[in-house]
Amino acid sequence: MNKSEFLSMLKSRLAALPPAEIDRSVNFYAEMIDDRIEEGMNETEAVAAVGDIDKIVSGIFAERPLSEVIGGMQPNRSRQTWQIVLIVLGFPLWFPLLAAFFAVVASVYISVWAVIISLYAAVAALALGGLAGCVASVFGFAQSIGTGVALFGASLVCIGIGIIAFFIVNQLSVMLIRLTELFGRKIKSMIMKRREKI
Amino acid sequence: MDIQLKRGLLEICVLTVLEREDSYGYQIIKDVSPTIEISESTLYPILKRLETGGFVSVYTVEHNSRLRKYYRITDAGRKKIRDFLEEWKEVMSVYEFITEEMRKSGHE
Repeated sequence: MNKSEFLSMLKSRLAALPPAEIDRSVNFYAEMIDDRIEEGMNETEAVAAVGDIDKIVSGIFAERPLSEVIGGMQPNRSRQTWQIVLIVLGFPLWFPLLAAFFAVVASVYISVWAVIISLYAAVAALALGGLAGCVASVFGFAQSIGTGVALFGASLVCIGIGIIAFFIVNQLSVMLIRLTELFGRKIKSMIMKRREKI
Repeated sequence: MDIQLKRGLLEICVLTVLEREDSYGYQIIKDVSPTIEISESTLYPILKRLETGGFVSVYTVEHNSRLRKYYRITDAGRKKIRDFLEEWKEVMSVYEFITEEMRKSGHE
């Protein structure tokens, strides 16, 4: 493969990306090839040395938002009539599967965030409950010393647990967010692998 | 090596190369590759991330009637190297602890 073949292939494989991003990648690889040629390689060697185009493309897509990666799945070549017929006829089959796939991905994200939000809600409830209890203990003292002390003590315990829980929840949230990042990466690489097969 | 770890290390290696002098893609690969394996497909996202994060700045220079992109380290980039060294002091002391303990238990 010569340089212009390589670059136009790269361009077409990246077609789903914004034009500025395509130019940027193509310029980068053109510079790499030119630098190698300048060092004494011939054009074919230089192109080969730059590396496998599949790897290059998946490396670029891995850094992009998920929506563009999916956009990149649409093949650029025009489809045969029978393929279109097959896609239309297969609609009842592939559409629910695709919808289910995205529903699963979305539900994972939603459930992770639901867990985080509910944990913080619990922390806030403890802290607010404790504070309210402190205030309410004034009335407790008015009734009897014992009630007042018990109420005040219980409120302090609530606040204490709330503070400790806050730090634990913080740590947990960081871990959960890392997990979702990992999950996102997995999904992207899954899509990339499928894309290479198409 | 773990991918995330390698990615982080490569970022610092690239910054370290740029700390010496401004450089361009192919030269960076040649400078870094004796230490850690790096290819164009790994360097490209790294440079992009460094640029977006403000750790390097970019300018073009005309070279043999074509344009070449040069990368220059910023203050934020230098700080990133320092932070890395600081952090890895800890990692190294953990490493020493582990090797020492393993050696001791090996002698028993």
